[in-house]
Amino acid sequence: MLEARDLAGERGGRLVFAGVSFRLARGEALVLLGANGAGKTSLLRVLAGLGRIAEGALTWEGESVAEDRLAHAARSALLGHLDALKPQLTVFETLRHEARIRGGSAEEAIVAVGLEPLAEAPVRILSAGQRRRLALARLMLGDRPLWLLDEPTVALDAAGVATLGRLVSAHRARGGIVVASSHLDLPIADARTLRLAA
Amino acid sequence: MRAWLGLVARDLALARRNAGDTLAAIAFFLLACGLFPFGVGPDPMVLARIAAGAVWVAALLAALLPLDRLVGADYEDGTLDQLLVSGLHPAALAAAKAAVHWLATGVPLLLAAPFGAVMLALPLRAVPVLVAALALGTAVLSLLGIAGAALTLGARRGGALLPLLVLPLTIPVLIFGAAAVEAASVGLAAGSHLAMLGALLAAALPLAPLAAGFALRSAAE
Repeated sequence: MLEARDLAGERGGRLVFAGVSFRLARGEALVLLGANGAGKTSLLRVLAGLGRIAEGALTWEGESVAEDRLAHAARSALLGHLDALKPQLTVFETLRHEARIRGGSAEEAIVAVGLEPLAEAPVRILSAGQRRRLALARLMLGDRPLWLLDEPTVALDAAGVATLGRLVSAHRARGGIVVASSHLDLPIADARTLRLAA
Repeated sequence: MRAWLGLVARDLALARRNAGDTLAAIAFFLLACGLFPFGVGPDPMVLARIAAGAVWVAALLAALLPLDRLVGADYEDGTLDQLLVSGLHPAALAAAKAAVHWLATGVPLLLAAPFGAVMLALPLRAVPVLVAALALGTAVLSLLGIAGAALTLGARRGGALLPLLVLPLTIPVLIFGAAAVEAASVGLAAGSHLAMLGALLAAALPLAPLAAGFALRSAAE
């Protein structure tokens, strides 16, 4: 269970969000809404253990995240707004290396996002949507219970959005938690929403 | 450990694809060594006198070249965030980066060093000691360099800042490294100088990755 109490975070010394409270049980999803600059990305980075918690508390199963950031990192998977891909590697190489770092199976992850025809293609030649799919595939590795998705549908086509929906519902069915930010409708059924004020 | 080796393997694969970076460092080293005879004249006696120090300075400068990209590229494309949430300790990330820098730049420099030494008329009997001393010295530089690269992440003109930060820290390496080669070239024992280089490496091995790890984490915040 992920619980935030009166969470505040800052970026560049300026408070970007404050007073954020929610509680997510296993299998639940939360969608973050808010205008540009409302702090959605900053909140997701705090939830991933990357950003500093300015105020409040963030706990996982009752244990403070700030106490053991390494353990929290090992249970989180982050889809940032950067795809974090290396153009020199092929699709399969990318996921094989990631699978060695995080655990899990590169083959299953490639099939799950429908990139198997491009497995041997270098990332350099992929379109923006195909890169996004590859970044999505990384979520599947290592059995991370907490998925943090920053505008996951950016650059995805209709089929890609449907794939994202399938991955998210399978993850929730396994007891995973999802927190996602978006300006558009996300393919996430019965998600709770949290609106961040700018 | 498996994850750490996976990260080293990935970065080595990337270094292989970016072989131009390594070649540029080697070419820089050989060119820098080759410039001295033009600057101080071709007299072998004069060249041999300055050879030890000149080879060392050229090697240290050459090893700095690929440093900022090694961490900077990961910072810019989001890979650093992904590595920090992978569950690896930040100090382990930094140690992996230092290992990759040493394998991809330090080791090729060791292979090129005898050629640079010959251009500077260094006595041949000093070449094995030169290579041994450079092996230790470039490893120290890789560790210090990663700490410097992590500290300058996100800074504007970080690439220019990095040598200013790292080069002063390499002065002890330069003193003992050049002294080892000097001793060997006049037929004295170089063991004590090499032992000092080993001691510097032993000190940098735990400290530099820890410092770099903290810097990586705060760069991501």
